[in-house]
Formats: sequence, structure tokens, C-alpha cells
Amino acid sequence: MALISCKNASFDYDGNTVVSELNFEVDTGDYLCVVGENGSGKSTLVKGLLHLKNPQSGEIIYGEGLKSTEIGYLPQQTAAQKDFPASAYEVVISGLLGSKDFSPFFSKADKAAAKSNMELLKVTDLAKKCYRELSGGQQQRVLLARALCATEKLLLLDEPVAGLDPIATNDLYAAVEQINKQGVTVIMVSHDVKTAVEYANKILHLNNEQAYFGNTAGYVESEVGKVFLGTAPQANAALGGAGNV
Amino acid sequence: MFDIFAEMLSYPFITRALLVGVLVALCASLLGVSLVLKRYSMIGDGLSHVGFGSLALATALNFAPLAVSLPIVGLAAFLLLRLSENSKIKGDAAIAMISTSALAVGVIIISMSTGLNTDVCNYLFGSILAMSGNDVLLSVILSIVVIILFVIFYNRIFAVTFDETFARATGTNAGLFNMLIALLTAVTIVLGMRMMGAMLISSLIIFPALTAMRVCKSFKNVIICATIVSVTAFCIGMFFSFTLDIPSGASIVVVNVLYFMVFTLVSKIKKA
Ligand SMILES: Nc1ncnc2c1ncn2[C@@H]1O[C@H](COP(=O)(O)OP(=O)(O)O)[C@@H](O)[C@H]1O
Ligand SMILES: [Mg+2]
Repeated sequence: MALISCKNASFDYDGNTVVSELNFEVDTGDYLCVVGENGSGKSTLVKGLLHLKNPQSGEIIYGEGLKSTEIGYLPQQTAAQKDFPASAYEVVISGLLGSKDFSPFFSKADKAAAKSNMELLKVTDLAKKCYRELSGGQQQRVLLARALCATEKLLLLDEPVAGLDPIATNDLYAAVEQINKQGVTVIMVSHDVKTAVEYANKILHLNNEQAYFGNTAGYVESEVGKVFLGTAPQANAALGGAGNV
Repeated sequence: MFDIFAEMLSYPFITRALLVGVLVALCASLLGVSLVLKRYSMIGDGLSHVGFGSLALATALNFAPLAVSLPIVGLAAFLLLRLSENSKIKGDAAIAMISTSALAVGVIIISMSTGLNTDVCNYLFGSILAMSGNDVLLSVILSIVVIILFVIFYNRIFAVTFDETFARATGTNAGLFNMLIALLTAVTIVLGMRMMGAMLISSLIIFPALTAMRVCKSFKNVIICATIVSVTAFCIGMFFSFTLDIPSGASIVVVNVLYFMVFTLVSKIKKA
């Protein structure tokens, strides 16, 4: 049984279907990249996977006893967070709350878990710094450490490198790869299809429908993949170079 | 100055007002941080107008003010949150709608019953004489309940305030905690309203949080700093209210404004 199976799912906003006919499976240990142009429904699918949005039709089935409190999430940033007075440590440890039932305060074990996740992402020395004063790359690492606090099984990342410089981008990709190698299943929405095919073992390409789902090698060979990657001869003419976004 | 304080404390109505006021100032600053950061500041303002309407109603019917205001303002808090979350009406417009209607109803009730007397003026701008013996006990109990609930749910309130989507996604019942924040705010506003006045109570919620956010870098420090600012501003404001014979609400707000200016200056100097 797969960790997540999506069966004929579609999503809408007020009755307008924005993405439909989703049929894919994610197994434990997978690194799935969701690619597609702006507005193709990637973030909508992420909301669906997080139970923040119910499918219009079809269903999303969670296997292997995956509970909604066991999913880590790195959101596309909201404006409110940018001027929020919180220390990096406070942000990271807040990731543990979902899995705590009633106890109002953090235990020693919680604090240790937060610290070890901060070490993994090399943000230990930022612990006391104000979140809003960190660089974009540091903020994303802190949010990733928080997401790790929320899960040991499944990590969902929505365009985690948007707005980061090349070095911070590579650092973040490396960190995610390392997390994946430790056995955490990763689903990442990405604009950057060239890097996606480098790291991911599965690709889901959306254009308001499911244009491709399968392993990465197959995607590189597929028509849609060739066009999006810019390796098809007519690619630049057809998409105006959209593969480089 | 200490002589005057000693003199103040010898009046039972002032000790009562101070006791309740300190507790309410504490509640207001705790909740204020969350409200300001969630961009919910206007909810405090809206609720205070509803509070005014319900006080007018209570006086006209000759009921105990707290017993009437608490359920009405609590219900309004629930409605405001619902309106700003679910409906097609924008949050701030929904609040303006509810608060002006409550104000209008209050004004009509007053003009049909007592007319614009000193009582009404006290509702609007606050009076240290407002607390009766019965209300004090209830106020003390309720504000302690607010503080305890805030402490118990402190970590979850942080999570829901910082990133509601993440909290929801990882299994925290964000709607429940939004409601908790709104209800605690309603209680705080009702308790503080007669001392601060309906027109001014929301400043007790907003100012300490904004002041603390000028200089503090962690949520915990903002909370601690806001409570200290709030309680000291309240005491200083009461002192001037007593010595200069001015309405207590206005006097407390002015002290809060001064705090805000000083903290802003400090943060500018620190950065320079
Ligand atoms: N809250 C919303 N209300 C209505 N339409 C929305 C909302 N969010 C997204 N959409 C629409 O749904 C489509 C898919 O959006 P989204 O999933 O955010 O795309 P992506 O993340 O792939 O850029 C877009 O056409 C967008 O305009
Ligand atoms: Mg998106």
C-alpha cells in the first residue's frame, strides 16, 4: 500500500475546477517533484494533501497509518510572518505542537528534538536571533527545521527556493536531499524543473490536469518533459522559454 | 508622590479600581500581542462599541452591567470572527458595520431612557468610580481565568498567531484557538470598559503590544515587555487621573502614547 494514493481527485474554488484527474501514488522514501507553470494548481494540490482543502471529487488516501499530524509543511511565505517578532528557536519548536495532545508546555524531549533539527539545518547559532531579521535563506532553513519537528515521515515543500540566491538555493536543496536520504518522504513543488529532475525520483507535471506522472527518467524522455525542460527542438518557439522560469 | 499614592490607597474605591485595573491591563496586553500580529486589532475596537451598546441596554433595563455585557460582547466576538473568516464581506468592513450599528443602538437606548448624563459620559471615557463592590469580585475572577487560559495555551496561541496555515496543516485546531482569543478579548474588553471607557479600551489592547514590538525580538520578550508597559502605564495613568482630576481612560492612553514614543526613539537610536 502506498503512503499516499490520489484517485481521480480534482479541486475547485467556488465551483471553478482548477485542477482535475489527478492519479498518482507516493511511496515511502520517494522524492516527488510537482512542476508546472504558475496557476497550474500546484499549491492547490498541496492544500489538498494537507487536508486544508477537500477534493471536489475523487479521493486522497493515506496509507501506512500516516496521520495528518505527522506531515511537515514548508509554506509559500505569507506577508504576516515577515515582521513577526519571534526568535528562530520559538519558530522551530512550535512545529512540535501538532503532535502533542493536551500538554500545554514543551518537555525536555521536545526541546532536544528542536535542537537536533536546528543542528541538522545548521541554524543552531541563529536560535536567539529574531526571525524577521534573518536572510531569506536562513528563514527558509528555520521553517524547514520547524517542518521537520512536525514529521518523521512526510515533508511537503511549496516552492521553497523562491526568492533565494543561488548559494542559499543549493544549500536548501542539499538539506532536503539529506533529509530524504534519512528516510523522510519528500513532496516538493518547484519552478525549477532542471533541478527537479536532478534530485527527484518521481515527477508530477500539472497543467490544470495531470500532464505527466512517473519516474524521472521517463519524464526527461516524455514529450511534455522535453518541452518544459527545453530539450525539444521546438521548445523555445512553443513555450517562449518557459522551461527556464 | 508616595504620599499621594498612600492617600489614594486609603480610598476603598481606588484600591478596587487599581486591583481590577492591573489585572485587566495584564489581560489586555497579553491578548493584544496576538491580536495585533494577527491583524485583528480592529476586532478590539468593534467589540468595545458593542460593549457600549450593551452597557446602555443594561442601564436602561436596570440590570447588572457585567451580566448583560459579557454574553452580548462574547456573541459579537464570535460573529465578528465568523464574518471576517467566511463571508464575502471584507473583515474590516464587517467590523465597521457591527460596531457602528451597536453604537447607534446604544445611542438610541440612552436618549430614550436616561439621556446624556454623567453615567453615559463615564461609559464613553472611563471613570475610576465605576466599579461597584459586586463587580470587583467577578472581574478579579474572570481576569484571572483569562490569564490562566492564556498561559496554558501560550504555545498554541503562538503557533496559530505566527502561521495559522502551518498550525492547521499539522493538526492544531486553529479555528478553536481563534475563537478562544476572540472570547478572551471580549471578556477583557467588558471588564476594562468602565474604567477605560468604551471609546478608549481598545488602546489598552493595542498600545502595549505595539510598544513592545519596537524593541523586543522574541515573542516571549514581547509578551513580557507588553505586560510591564501595560501595568505601569495603567498605574501612572491612574495617578494622574486622581491628582489632575481627569478621566482615567484618557489619562492612561496618554501615558501609553508616551511609552510608545519613547520606545520608538530607543529602537531608532539602537539601529543608528
Ligand atoms: N483562494 C483562491 N480562490 C480562488 N481561486 C484560487 C485561489 N487560490 C488559487 N486560485 C486559482 O487556482 C489556480 C491554481 O492556483 P495555484 O494552485 O496557487 O497554482 P500554482 O501554485 O501552481 O501556481 C489559479 O488559477 C488561481 O488563480
Ligand atoms: Mg503556488
